[in-house]
Amino acid sequence: MDSFRDKIVPVTSILLGVVVVWYVMAVVLNTPFQRDLDRRANEAPGVVEFLGKTLSQPKPTLPAPHQVATNFFENTFLRSVTSNRSLVYNAWVTLSSTLLGFAFGTALGIVIAVGIVHVATLERSLMPWIIASQTIPILAVAPMIIVVLAAIGITGLIPKALISTYLSFFPVAVGMVKGLRSPEIMHLDLMHTYNASRAQTFWKLRVPASVPFLFTSMKVAVAASLVGAIVGELPTGAVAGIGAKLLAGAYYSQTIDIWSALVAGSVVAALLVMVVGIAGRLVDRAMGGRPA
Amino acid sequence: MTGNSPAVVSASKLGLTFQTNDGPVQALSNVDLTIGKGEFVSFIGPSGCGKTTLLRVIADLEKPTAGTISVNGMTPEQARESRAYGYVFQAAALFPWRTIERNVGLPLEIIGLSRAEQAERIKRTLELVNLSGFEKKYPWQLSGGMQQRASIARALAFDADLLLMDEPFGALDEIVRDHLNEQLLELWERTNKTICFVTHSIPEAVYLSTRIVVMSPRPGRVSDIIESTLPKKRPLDIRETPEFLAIAARVRDGLRAGHSYDD
Repeated sequence: MDSFRDKIVPVTSILLGVVVVWYVMAVVLNTPFQRDLDRRANEAPGVVEFLGKTLSQPKPTLPAPHQVATNFFENTFLRSVTSNRSLVYNAWVTLSSTLLGFAFGTALGIVIAVGIVHVATLERSLMPWIIASQTIPILAVAPMIIVVLAAIGITGLIPKALISTYLSFFPVAVGMVKGLRSPEIMHLDLMHTYNASRAQTFWKLRVPASVPFLFTSMKVAVAASLVGAIVGELPTGAVAGIGAKLLAGAYYSQTIDIWSALVAGSVVAALLVMVVGIAGRLVDRAMGGRPA
Repeated sequence: MTGNSPAVVSASKLGLTFQTNDGPVQALSNVDLTIGKGEFVSFIGPSGCGKTTLLRVIADLEKPTAGTISVNGMTPEQARESRAYGYVFQAAALFPWRTIERNVGLPLEIIGLSRAEQAERIKRTLELVNLSGFEKKYPWQLSGGMQQRASIARALAFDADLLLMDEPFGALDEIVRDHLNEQLLELWERTNKTICFVTHSIPEAVYLSTRIVVMSPRPGRVSDIIESTLPKKRPLDIRETPEFLAIAARVRDGLRAGHSYDD
């Protein structure tokens, strides 16, 4: 019951506030176009009717929450999941490259971190490049990656996944460097008194000590992976995926579609972060973590 | 008391100078000391007197910059490589992701003993520190005193003859400390280990030791070495006897002579 009062109530209040502001903004932003329509049709609707019309335009400037909700519901639950209009289908397309990229990125991040922690020269030579890599706008890099890979015959899932990798290896590398260096001096001294080898110190001390850091950085990385996958769909004229839905919506001014694709993306992101969080908690419990 | 057996620790003209940003700091200077097998030697002094540094030099966690030291007739490095000693830190320093039995088994895993041998030794050492029944618990499920006992078990597990203890009970309350002191004496008597024990408590040092090394700071040095005249068997109330109080007074005098009460 406490979690209800501590978490659900504040979050719901904010959500309600957002919805209210959203409705107000929808009316405000859709009014000019609606006035225009009414003037051309020589109509003079009452206030209530006018408000109703601003909230039910087929291609509104800002769709009302219920329009997005209806569209989201229809495209998620009422369509066959194999239909290319189904949000489930499109989310799956994006999700699959997100997960592949996330797996690559996590593996790459860990490998880089292990290298940096063990080889001093790597820290000095590699770290500036790693940081620089993240200052390059991904929107500029993504098309080039896809074009270059397509030229050597790699298309489909892999190029998109590589963009996810590009975004997700960084938080993992940084987090793992910190995690692998997190053991206390006393624990390192202890291993020294046992005359433990570097490998033993690594596996028995550094790795277990880094696990909490790994999961924290994986939460950031999985969200970044999703962004990477969506961005990767934009320049390719991808036929399916959340990015493709966003792009198609923009082409045809299907604002409601854009917003519901956005909602789908957010839901996927939330689910991914949640799954990583739960996995982290399970691992923590298995490693004897004190229950919170 | 054990004059004819070979020295476990033998230091001569030992010195250690740390280079810091504020210039060199002499942590140890001209330390001459011989510790025989089976002795219980306490190092006492105010902070900065080098007592922990001396222990860390014996353990090869610091390298001396002057003089010579041998541990079991070897250099400290060789002694460490042959796992000649168990070290107990100020904090229990248990790995939080390992159960008590796996913490105690850590050095055994590193040495590479067989599973059966590990299990046997874990069982035996946990019995020695009265922690049987807590094998499957994680460190946070144990009190501070029990955690420190587990860390002593870990230091004992691989059967080194020398036990180095750096203020192991410093963070515990006095009631727990008394209890652990009693248990430590009992354990020392039963195992016949050589123990080097750093403390800043006069009663603790006098109660436990066969010999008390009084140290003073700036530069860290040995200012007095006091042989205890107390019998090996020591109930807790020995601390009320005139003999005990006389030794404690000598230790206090030694500390005062080293200007340890300044500033």
